[in-house]
Amino acid sequence: MKKRINLTLALISIMILAPNYVFGMHIMEGFLPIKWAIFWYVVSLPFVIMGMRKISKTFNDNPNQKMLFALVTAFVFILSALKMPSITGSTSHPTGTGLGAILFGPLPMSVSGLIVLLFQALLLAHGGITTLGANVFSMAVAGPYVAFAIYKMLKNKNKKIAIFTAAACANIFTYVVTSVQLAFAHPDVVGGVTSSLLKFLSIFAFTQIPLAIAEGILTVIILNLIANYENEAGYEIEKNN
Amino acid sequence: MKSKKTTNNLLLFSIVIILIISPLLLLKDAEFGGTDSKAEEVITEINPDYEPWFNPLFEPISGEIESLLFSIQAALGAGVIGYFFGYVRGKKNASFIKESKINNTKQK
Repeated sequence: MKKRINLTLALISIMILAPNYVFGMHIMEGFLPIKWAIFWYVVSLPFVIMGMRKISKTFNDNPNQKMLFALVTAFVFILSALKMPSITGSTSHPTGTGLGAILFGPLPMSVSGLIVLLFQALLLAHGGITTLGANVFSMAVAGPYVAFAIYKMLKNKNKKIAIFTAAACANIFTYVVTSVQLAFAHPDVVGGVTSSLLKFLSIFAFTQIPLAIAEGILTVIILNLIANYENEAGYEIEKNN
Repeated sequence: MKSKKTTNNLLLFSIVIILIISPLLLLKDAEFGGTDSKAEEVITEINPDYEPWFNPLFEPISGEIESLLFSIQAALGAGVIGYFFGYVRGKKNASFIKESKINNTKQK
């Protein structure tokens, strides 16, 4: 017990002492060289197209799923608008993509994420049009796939824990991918990609942990609520994933 | 049974509130500052010659306008979520009433 307290204290002090960088949650406009901007557009595009197909198929099978899809997209909207303070003294925001990935599978989330990222790029100068491909890949493709995989692995053991872990890991993984994208685009002169990856990772790693926990819990709550009404509302949870 | 579920959800939600508020209380001197400025610094530190080659088409004119747009984004999300739960709750109640009416007529 005492050991555990010491460990917690150590972790907390690391978090507080960690460098107080503030990290742009999405890659800013113009900050990816042209070749990388194009590369990530090309990588993301097929996922968005497959996502649209999957969505129209889902809606054809059961029109009641439309409401549920509106809900998961709204969840991404609201969570990615909330810049929350974190233990490192900077702010970042959750992504909200885990919920949709659990309910609909990873592909439809590429479309939800694209809508939100476009809104933020065009109106808020948050993220950007040139970096849209890269941001879609990290937030709307990589994150949802991680959520989906983790949920599938854990759901038979404990559903609540599976949901929590899936959403929290999707959140963290989104920012890991962002770091990788930045590291490849801006390799360190001395240490190359690895050294610049470590720099980018250290910026947000600790910032993101409490927010990932918060996102995991919020996802559990909203899924609890959705499950309450499954029979009457006519939508089907997990039918399409 | 139902109230137990609600209590659980409220408990979970209070953990979220604590997670969000505690940094504000613990770190009085922290800036909790703007989001995109420091990442720029890191990139220029690694790659001093890098010039962003494209500028945002539209930038919020001030911090106030930016928070206006952010709150619109959150409000849109919240509106849809509120509509959703209002709708399914109404649907559940309606089917409840229907069932009890059927039961009543059977009893007569």
